Amino acid sequence: MSLDEQTVKKSGVSGETTFEPSEQYLTFFMDEEEYGVDILSVQEIRGWERATSIPNAPSHIRGVINLRGTVVPIVDLRQRFGIAPIEYGPTTVVIVLKVNEAGKGARIVGVIVDAVSDVHNFKVADIQSSPEMADNNNSAYIKGLGSVGENMVILLDINTLLRTDEDVDELPRSKSKRVH
Amino acid sequence: MSIDLSQFHQVFFEESLEGLDVMESALLNLDTENCDSETINEIFRAAHSIKGGSGTFGFSTVAEFTHVIETLLDQIRAGDRRIEPAHVELFLKSVDCIRQMIKSLEAGDAVEMSDANDLKSKFQAILDGKELAAAAPVPASTAPTAPASVSDTDAGSSGGAKTWHIYFKPDGDVLKTGNEPSRMFRELEDMGVATVVVDTADLPGIGVIDPETCYLKWNITLVADVEKAQIEEVFEWVIDEAELRIEEVAQVAVTENPEQNGAKPSSVKQSKVEPSDIVQTTVQSPVAEVSVSPAPSQAISAPAAKEPAAQAAPAAKKAEKNKTEVSSIRVGIDKVDSLINMVGELVITQSMLGELSRDFDISKLPKLLEGLEQLSQNTRELQESVMRIRMLPISFTFSRFPRLVHDLSKTMGKKIELKLLGEQTELDKTVMEKIGDPMVHLVRNSLDHGIEMPEDRIKAGKSDTGLITLNAYHQGGNIVIQIIDDGKGLDKEKILRKAVEKGLVGESDKLSDEQICDLIFKPGFSTADQVTDISGRGVGMDVVRRNIQELNGSVEVESFTGKGSTFTIRLPLTLAILDGQLVSAGEHTYILPLISIIESIQTNMDMVHRVAGGCDVLRLRSEYVPIIRLYDIFNIKPESYNLEESLLVVVEGDNMKVALVVDDLLAQQQVVIKSLEENYKRVEGVSGATILGDGTVALILDISGLIKLAGVRKDEYKKVKQGGDEAA
Amino acid sequence: MTKILAVDDSASMRQMVSFTLKGAGYEVVEAADGKLALEQAKKQQFDLVLSDVNMPVMDGITLVKELRALSNYKFTPILMLTTESAGDKKMEGKQAGATGWLVKPFNPDQLLATIKKVL
Repeated sequence: MSLDEQTVKKSGVSGETTFEPSEQYLTFFMDEEEYGVDILSVQEIRGWERATSIPNAPSHIRGVINLRGTVVPIVDLRQRFGIAPIEYGPTTVVIVLKVNEAGKGARIVGVIVDAVSDVHNFKVADIQSSPEMADNNNSAYIKGLGSVGENMVILLDINTLLRTDEDVDELPRSKSKRVH
Repeated sequence: MSIDLSQFHQVFFEESLEGLDVMESALLNLDTENCDSETINEIFRAAHSIKGGSGTFGFSTVAEFTHVIETLLDQIRAGDRRIEPAHVELFLKSVDCIRQMIKSLEAGDAVEMSDANDLKSKFQAILDGKELAAAAPVPASTAPTAPASVSDTDAGSSGGAKTWHIYFKPDGDVLKTGNEPSRMFRELEDMGVATVVVDTADLPGIGVIDPETCYLKWNITLVADVEKAQIEEVFEWVIDEAELRIEEVAQVAVTENPEQNGAKPSSVKQSKVEPSDIVQTTVQSPVAEVSVSPAPSQAISAPAAKEPAAQAAPAAKKAEKNKTEVSSIRVGIDKVDSLINMVGELVITQSMLGELSRDFDISKLPKLLEGLEQLSQNTRELQESVMRIRMLPISFTFSRFPRLVHDLSKTMGKKIELKLLGEQTELDKTVMEKIGDPMVHLVRNSLDHGIEMPEDRIKAGKSDTGLITLNAYHQGGNIVIQIIDDGKGLDKEKILRKAVEKGLVGESDKLSDEQICDLIFKPGFSTADQVTDISGRGVGMDVVRRNIQELNGSVEVESFTGKGSTFTIRLPLTLAILDGQLVSAGEHTYILPLISIIESIQTNMDMVHRVAGGCDVLRLRSEYVPIIRLYDIFNIKPESYNLEESLLVVVEGDNMKVALVVDDLLAQQQVVIKSLEENYKRVEGVSGATILGDGTVALILDISGLIKLAGVRKDEYKKVKQGGDEAA
Repeated sequence: MTKILAVDDSASMRQMVSFTLKGAGYEVVEAADGKLALEQAKKQQFDLVLSDVNMPVMDGITLVKELRALSNYKFTPILMLTTESAGDKKMEGKQAGATGWLVKPFNPDQLLATIKKVL
């Protein structure tokens, strides 16, 4: 679903009718923060397996794997966000996403996250737009903020986050060392 | 009902381009002296289909232009006009012109009409001129865009309800053409109020009645706001086989007109003849009174005329949408059938294995192994069949050469015969698309530099007509394409002189004939005394070789002075499968295209020279080859940094040799090429990926990309080489 | 369901005709030339045959003659899809036993209007 459609929807419910449109997100943990991605873009969730590294690729591109005959790149989301890397453990999973990039059509990309959490419904009206935080380029990839009880969930715009021309290198905040 | 016609455009473009190819080759085969009617028919049919389709899909420019060509072809086909060589040339130019129009339409560009208009007027001049001016069946009103007849019908509809008297007496055979009078009356009823009175006067006695013959006639009164032409349209299909009178009456009157009852019974009797005599009946029918005044052609052209105008606008809009190129492939039904058969076998094997696994014990092991063996064979066959789907006969590429040779030999004043062999040899569609241009270049080259002028040939004791042969055949997993000419052959002395001049070889170098010939593929090499229009357009043989190498193929030349040259292209049958050499570097496994590997050697440091500037070179017999360390350019950790413990794989890419340092050579195997770009992006030094037997992904190396990554530049390499020469 | 046999050597025309007719609720079988059409017609009974005139292998005129010679196609409506601007092809078609014709180029609406005349 595109952002445009959502804005249309959002404005459409301002009159508070009984039916409130909502969106489903798959949420996952990374460095103790909870993030969410549109469930419609999730293809599957699989365990981490060794990827074939791509020469001279930015360090957050962990390589490519064979997904039933298709070659799929794997992005380490921690490194993508400039969060210090950790050893991959038993909860480490790869969320396989379908990314729609303007002018390029759909691509399949896997992202490595610490652990998957849950599937949550967020009422479209309840999603707050992300505060413009100074000195944080990551906010460009944040679609909005949702809350589950006391906890905040950062809803990601994967189409922007996983754009191919964006993986020249990590996001500017990054101070991570190379993993190799 | 509104249907988006643009969904059929792609198919139309494809079939039109195919049709043009057919036209072109038929035209080239045409012997104007001894004209074969089937060939003319073939040409006509192609033009006809293009005209029909372009009209239907709203490409009126193409339709109009093709119409003129079709008209001339029709006259030739009917024997009303002799085909002349000048016509053939004109038709060939038109083929180019239509092709260009179709391509513009396909790309969504504006159609350039100046050539078309020019040709159109030439055709029109032929049509108008001389003996058959009157026979030319191109009245303006039938052209697809004629606006005249539209206004005719529109203007008539303002008049309010009129009363019409219609007398309709079809020939007895009317039913045998599938025409049912009641359907026509139904149509009249749709127009307004129709009163139909049947006249059974001609009905014979029950004993002699022929159930397939129509003995009836009708008097109809129609009150409707319609023009005569609209009523005639209802009867359009039977107008020539019926008595039809349509008269407007001043007021509503249902009384039977005695005059109308005076129909001649003669035609009814005639209609009783046996079905085999239909021709006779209908030939006579025009003699019967048919009081229909306006030419039927006008009524016919009315719907045709409205249509292009209505569709022109949406068509233009759609063109943009269609820009994304969808390539499709036509597959012979036999190939699909064989696939289905294979899948059938696969299913049988699978169920057999399933059965085995249900209560498996070790005693069934041999059966299991047998089953697995069968499964692997099924899989292999299935893979081959799937690959075969992408295979097309090379005639698709060969077919463009007769025209090329025809045109070029004319410009150059040479006499050339073109022979095509092995046209049914199949290769992958993608490979075929990419091999066309290099082949054109080679053929142009043979025509220009190989084949001599007729007088020179005679002097050399040869026939004045030169022969160029295109030959294709399969050899192993490759397709071999040869371009053979019987011309003067390569001038080896001149090539060598030039190569020395350009510093490509040392003056003292001893080169074999083979090596000398190979020099023509070196960058910046051109021996043409003067740059001609035909070849030598700045694109050298080096580009030809590079393009072929990009397809994982090779090209070489063999030449005999005075006898001619043979260019041999070797290509993999498909781009989807590659013969690969697995190599290891550190913990990584990469694949090198087997065809690019010249040799692999274990080296000792004596053979390695360090050149100022940091590039190491390997002395390989008389050559110096730059060394590229894969671990360096890929930023990975190798097993060993010591060259003596590593392996050097000498590979060729981009017209140069390099020695690639890897840890080890692993297996050789065929790999299925997967795209890396589909989900990621292009990676320098990597041409694609594949999936190995253990399910992991391995990257396929791209030699010229590696050379670029390593920063080895050709001019540097040349320096190295010369330096090496001095050292040696 | 009304079954129509659509015969044309041009794939785009065939697709257009077939798509239009299917959209209007008819069942359509396609054939690329007269010979293939005849084979289809012998396999199953069609309520209407739409055929191009100029085709390789077997042209539309011959097809009509062959169909009319079959007892179960004696009265079946057969429409010729013709681009002939001159009338002689139409005459030829009629003589062979065609019911009527539709002049190319035509659009989907014209096609539907014409076949309604005979069905």
